[in-house]
Amino acid sequence: MTEKQPIVVMKGITIEFPGVKALDGVDLRLFPGEVHALMGENGAGKSTMIKALTGVYKIDAGSITVDGKPTQLNGTLDAQNAGIATVYQEVNLCTNLSIGENVMLGHEKRGPLGIDWRKTHAEARKHLAKMGLEYLDPRAPLSSISIAMQQLVAIARAMVIDAKVLILDEPTSSLDANEVQDLFEIMRKVRDSGVAILFVSHFLDQIYEITDRLTILRNGQFIKEVMTRETPRDELIGMMIGKSADELSQIGAKKARREIKPGEKPVVSIRQLGRKGQIEPTDQDVYAGEVVGFAGLLGSGRTELGRLMFGADKPDHGEYYLNGKKISVDSPYTALKNKIAYSTENRRDEGIIGDLTVRQNMLIALQATRGMFKPIPKKEADEIVDKYMKELNVRPPDPNKLIKNLSGGNQQKVLIARWLAVHPELLILDEPTRGIDIGAKAEIQQKVLELAAQGMGVVFISSELEEVVRLSDTITVLKDHKKIANIVNDDTVSQATIVETIANSGKEA
Amino acid sequence: MTTATTVNAPAKKAKGGKFNAQMIPTIAAVVIFILMLIMGQVMFGTYFRLGFISSLFIDHAYLIILAVAMTLPILTGGIDLSVGAIVAITAVVGMKLLNGGAPAPLVLVIMLLIGAAFGLLAGVLIEEFNMQPFIATLSTMFLARGIASIISTDSLTMPENNGFGWIGGEGWKIIDNPKISNDLSINLGVIIAVVVVVFGYILLHHTRTGRTIYAIGGSRSSAELMGLPVKRTQYVIYLTSATLAALASIVYTANIGSAKNTVGVGWELDAVASVVIGGTIITGGFGYVLGSVLGALVRSILEPLTTDFGVPAEAVQIVVGIMILVFVVLQRAVTVLQKE
Repeated sequence: MTEKQPIVVMKGITIEFPGVKALDGVDLRLFPGEVHALMGENGAGKSTMIKALTGVYKIDAGSITVDGKPTQLNGTLDAQNAGIATVYQEVNLCTNLSIGENVMLGHEKRGPLGIDWRKTHAEARKHLAKMGLEYLDPRAPLSSISIAMQQLVAIARAMVIDAKVLILDEPTSSLDANEVQDLFEIMRKVRDSGVAILFVSHFLDQIYEITDRLTILRNGQFIKEVMTRETPRDELIGMMIGKSADELSQIGAKKARREIKPGEKPVVSIRQLGRKGQIEPTDQDVYAGEVVGFAGLLGSGRTELGRLMFGADKPDHGEYYLNGKKISVDSPYTALKNKIAYSTENRRDEGIIGDLTVRQNMLIALQATRGMFKPIPKKEADEIVDKYMKELNVRPPDPNKLIKNLSGGNQQKVLIARWLAVHPELLILDEPTRGIDIGAKAEIQQKVLELAAQGMGVVFISSELEEVVRLSDTITVLKDHKKIANIVNDDTVSQATIVETIANSGKEA
Repeated sequence: MTTATTVNAPAKKAKGGKFNAQMIPTIAAVVIFILMLIMGQVMFGTYFRLGFISSLFIDHAYLIILAVAMTLPILTGGIDLSVGAIVAITAVVGMKLLNGGAPAPLVLVIMLLIGAAFGLLAGVLIEEFNMQPFIATLSTMFLARGIASIISTDSLTMPENNGFGWIGGEGWKIIDNPKISNDLSINLGVIIAVVVVVFGYILLHHTRTGRTIYAIGGSRSSAELMGLPVKRTQYVIYLTSATLAALASIVYTANIGSAKNTVGVGWELDAVASVVIGGTIITGGFGYVLGSVLGALVRSILEPLTTDFGVPAEAVQIVVGIMILVFVVLQRAVTVLQKE
């Protein structure tokens, strides 16, 4: 084992962003014929590390050696030329072109009259066949096959350049169990041909099934490189989180559950609310002071259900009740009028308005509910802004700064303040803690619990099961655009319960 | 071209139809062009005459070239608004030089170089300064038009025996009919336009640069992550469209025999209309050069047809507007069908 030479050696990689050290002296070694997983929590630096290896980010310190040669990677083309190919979580192919063209783009076979399409498609077919995809017609449009198949096509494309290293960044996050097995089969084929695979996944089962070696990162720092077979799960989780297994059960302590009294009426109740192609008709109750967690994989419909409850997408089916009274919510405007607020998962594009100040961002929803001819009196506005700046601990504490200059966590706090200012009865938070630092994350989680304690109904949508389980009173589990379970979150419920619920529903189908 | 084969693709439901769906707007352009010809023939009896067809091509060779030029940026989701103004500046400079006694071959080269220079400038603005193609070419449009006006606001006529006019002259009679209106003739301008169309077709469908253009239209970030030379391709696109605009200017000026700083006002929009009518989707990714050529022909035949119908010349633009509207609605319908 030890005489094997690594194909890629990254040493002491440091990447700094304004104000943050995203990576601090991280090492990574990739060996031919091995699947290597990069492990760590969100924000540990996994994707930054991958972007360093694919030439997207420039490294501030450290060295990258490929095949024994020190290598500078200034862009994706450099990485490709060095034999490093990448398949991203969101498939980066062109859906307007055919399958074969996508496989061969930039490597088309040329004859005397330019591209020879017959040869090119034959070559594409050959590469697809190597992956066991010979049944795909290279002339069919890429948009005619499922996302999972597109991912496999993306791998076939990666192999066209004779890659020595294949990076798979969370390829399984939107796949079902069978599709994951198809992917693994292809990964084994590629691995056995002597390629080094770098694999990122949040699913521990998958890690133990497919990988040979692990590198663990935490908060941008290198923790350890281990062999998968020799590392028990709890030890791995301990290294990722930075706590021993015993300590883990301590901080995982859940909040006291809010019991729903018999006969109590929910604040918001939806019956068979749905929208074709996005979410199947769904029932859901949210009680005052209750935190309802939406759990599910990417593409499960968790965001779609949240958007539907806010009218951001117009429901084409079902009924909506607020405090027992039937209402119609078909746009964010009507939702706001009914005291229902939604904070988007897409903070940058749908949340903040970057060129307005913190103060303006905070007041914009409240102003919208009043109408444009009734400005908020300056004194009242000052009080509101002042209150939420303090309450949510927005840093820096200057409401006249442009919001785009704040960190992600503080932008998120301002967005929450924006919705709190309209005093909603139901607050839907979609991924409020994604991509923000650990301190702000804890503050936001704490705020969610406080709001519920004050009697607000909260829907908490997150891809991190850990926080869903810790914060929610009940958990709605979604899969394939459908609500598949409603779990009362008592002491017997853990992340594993939810994972099993999702996994088992797949087997029945 | 791509004929959707259904070779051993099991359980992947009828998708031959999908590729055809992309071609519907282009096919519609063909059908409409033929219908317009037939309608003209039936009602006025002159449209099938070879003389009519000949002059349709000779008079609108420049528009065909501009339509091909405009297809490239639009396929990437961009646009080149400067083509009309480039026609003006190159025409004015060309006429000035000819009148000053410069030899015709030199004048041609200078005109093409001026076009290329504006294309390069647009490329630099778009790629190095991260400007939207709309804004970048809007500014080069005003720049080119402004320089043309500074150089001269007079109507400049081509001098006698200039070695330039033969490009646009009467050309050659292929079928010499006793009735002049049945002559089939062709001139160098039309041949240049045909060469440009063939060039555009080969560029887009048989070179890697062409495929990169489609890929950028599908998703620029994907194209970049696939390691395609996106930046270089963007330069190629705007250099080509601007140089072709200069070529269109040569063909047009040679045909008309004079030039003014106001020539080509609004031609960029005629070119966009041709491209859209020809079935290229304005947001990029789908479309064909041949479609744009048909779009240009539809646009060209509109004028005689509406005049013969007694529509006042002022109202022709309304007809163009309605046609664009119809085609865009058609495209939307196709895109929706594809998503289903």
